[in-house]
Amino acid sequence: MTAFDEMRKDETTRWPYQSYDEWYARQTAEDLKRKSADAEQVFRRTGITFNVYGEAEAAERLIPFDIVPRILSGAEWRRLAQGIEQRVVALNAFLDDIYNRQEIVKAGRLPVELIARNKTFLPEMLGMKPPGGVYTHIIGTDIVRTGEHDFYVLEDNARTPSGVSYMLENRETMMQLFPELFRDIRVRPVENYPELLRRSLEAVAPPVCDGPPTVAVLTPGIYNSAYFEHAFLADQMGCELVEGSDLRIENGRVAMRTTAGYKPIDVLYRRVDDDFLDPLTFRPDSALGVAGIMDVYRAGGITIANAPGTGISDDKAIYSYMPEIVEFYTGRKAILPNVPTWRCSEADSLAYVLEHLGSLVVKEVHGSGGYGMLVGPAASKKEREAFAAKLKANPANYIAQPTLALSTCPILTEKGLAPRHVDLRPFVLVSDQVRIVPGGLTRVALKEGSLVVNSSQGGGTKDTWVLDD
Amino acid sequence: MLLGRTANGLYWMHRYIERAENIARLVDTGHHVALTGDGDQIDSWTSVLQSAGAAGAFQAVHGQVDAQKAIDFMLRDESNSSSVLQCFETARSNGRMVRTALTREVWENINTAWMNLKAALSSPVDEKRLPELLNLIKRESALIRGAFVGTMLRDERFDFARLGTFIERADNTARILDVKYYVLLPGTSWVGSALDTQQWESILRSVSAHRSYRWVYDVRYKPANIIDFLVLNPRMPRSLAFCATNIVDNLDYLERDYGVRHACHDTAGETLARLKATSATDIIDKGLHEFLIEFISGNNKLGNEIADAYRFY
Repeated sequence: MTAFDEMRKDETTRWPYQSYDEWYARQTAEDLKRKSADAEQVFRRTGITFNVYGEAEAAERLIPFDIVPRILSGAEWRRLAQGIEQRVVALNAFLDDIYNRQEIVKAGRLPVELIARNKTFLPEMLGMKPPGGVYTHIIGTDIVRTGEHDFYVLEDNARTPSGVSYMLENRETMMQLFPELFRDIRVRPVENYPELLRRSLEAVAPPVCDGPPTVAVLTPGIYNSAYFEHAFLADQMGCELVEGSDLRIENGRVAMRTTAGYKPIDVLYRRVDDDFLDPLTFRPDSALGVAGIMDVYRAGGITIANAPGTGISDDKAIYSYMPEIVEFYTGRKAILPNVPTWRCSEADSLAYVLEHLGSLVVKEVHGSGGYGMLVGPAASKKEREAFAAKLKANPANYIAQPTLALSTCPILTEKGLAPRHVDLRPFVLVSDQVRIVPGGLTRVALKEGSLVVNSSQGGGTKDTWVLDD
Repeated sequence: MLLGRTANGLYWMHRYIERAENIARLVDTGHHVALTGDGDQIDSWTSVLQSAGAAGAFQAVHGQVDAQKAIDFMLRDESNSSSVLQCFETARSNGRMVRTALTREVWENINTAWMNLKAALSSPVDEKRLPELLNLIKRESALIRGAFVGTMLRDERFDFARLGTFIERADNTARILDVKYYVLLPGTSWVGSALDTQQWESILRSVSAHRSYRWVYDVRYKPANIIDFLVLNPRMPRSLAFCATNIVDNLDYLERDYGVRHACHDTAGETLARLKATSATDIIDKGLHEFLIEFISGNNKLGNEIADAYRFY
């Protein structure tokens, strides 16, 4: 399986990388090694860490950062941005539809059991019209590439996508390490993301809000794996970072305990999962949310971003219908294709998947973070057999996709540049308009040949450049 | 206006940084006395442990006092919530919780301090390494303080942090004096003896005042002067009067910001007024120990009133 390399084609450098490559040729190995160590120091000092669940030792780990940028041309980006915008508009229309009229089901374009029997579908949201009609405000669309013009959407992370702080810190670090590169190469900026996020959130303030909206970020607390990001975003947006214990319902509003008494919140950017949001409605044992917030929400007293129940749109079984969903709501073919997906709930597909387990990637429909999946070509016969048994026991819980030859981008190794597989997560904001900063988070599988880019499984990150051309 | 939990985090972060520094200073004193003194070494470490408020906890774990164990207990023991390492751990945890209320410089310095001290205190401390380690602790806390004073906006965040610093410092200074109060009383049999001088010097040293004392008073140590210096002198940065003045100032800023006066404002004001109206002789007459006990409990009460007024919990 030969992968498309984004930097070099045969012996020539692809043009987005040309200026970088010329600069690279002038660097010494020692210089680059030192810069790499400097970068690690910056990350360590800043405390840009993530927590790994189930590891007592090294509870806070750094995500490895590679100093070679991943570069996209302006033209490549424009096509991606169009495709992503089309998709997030369709996702919101889809959510509005299934929680209200359910026309897509009535039209026979989506099987009703995919919604009715889906545990990420929240009946509590039925008939709900969130402010601005927006359900999923912040989305991280995972994109993979297999050729010069071949980009696919791998996942729509429409619940609480993380990683945007790495996008921002990676850029900040690169600008500190290599100011001359940014002088010579025109890279489109990403720094205004927090400002765009704040504006997007303010634009969907609930009707009850009659002044400048009070925005807050809700975090599960310092032991959450993405705590750094929660604090980072609150800090950059200039708003409060709250925990469940800071909040209570007062006069029909969600209010935070401040040094001058309780103060109502208009827009809550929550980084707490649906299940934990309201112990009165969802998990009664949750201490991470606010008792009664769903009632306030339904009465129009607060905007929750993303809305509860958006998880259904990044369910992997729903994903397989995304081409139909995009067409149904936008009236046009999807600009960005899906990765071909077999739904194991269908007998024919299941038979195919079981027969070709060695060449497929099988995922749980509700899974994320690279947990609970089988990468066929990398698995042993025993692992495949064990997985086949799970598949047969509960086929509807799985989908399968071909093992894609993800494009590669070089990383700096002991022996110089070496290609590694990458994906891309651009971050999209939906509100009164769709806002996308040019770039995103490039995740890279650091192990030679590996296709798993998740940070929990040994992946690293890179700065992602979109050229201003 | 900020979250009550944030005010609480800023307050405790600074209490723990202050505590760590004071513990380091006490260990330094113990070490110095052990090197120069002709008194009982075990006795001097016992009194250091007492000044740090750690004697009971130490005894529960180790029983008999020896230098090595005392140093280890005060610098790096995980079971001792006031060991330097645990103080930094708690301070950093609080800092992480209130990350959005700190400048990047302050956060990076506290995070770096935590990493450096964790590494430096990862193995038992032998006395050879002690001076270098104590310097490291002092340097790290100086860097945090420098970043804090140099980069933080003078708003309520600053005030809550400063309140933490001065409530803790007042408590520490009062405790140091109280452990040694008897050597400052007139009429004990060996007044003016070499032993006394050494004891007095160790008190001054544990608040870094053994040099400045001579700039303010005269070369000879006198109990009344030492009491004046550590309790009443408004220019001595670790004196009770200095702490009380700063507490009143910071509470006044908060009162102006919020337009509300709370019980803590009155308590702080009364404490300061009492200190201003008293003299070292008055304190000696009334009884130094009684005076200090009353001060410490008033200081605790003030801390609780601040937490209540600004909804820390």
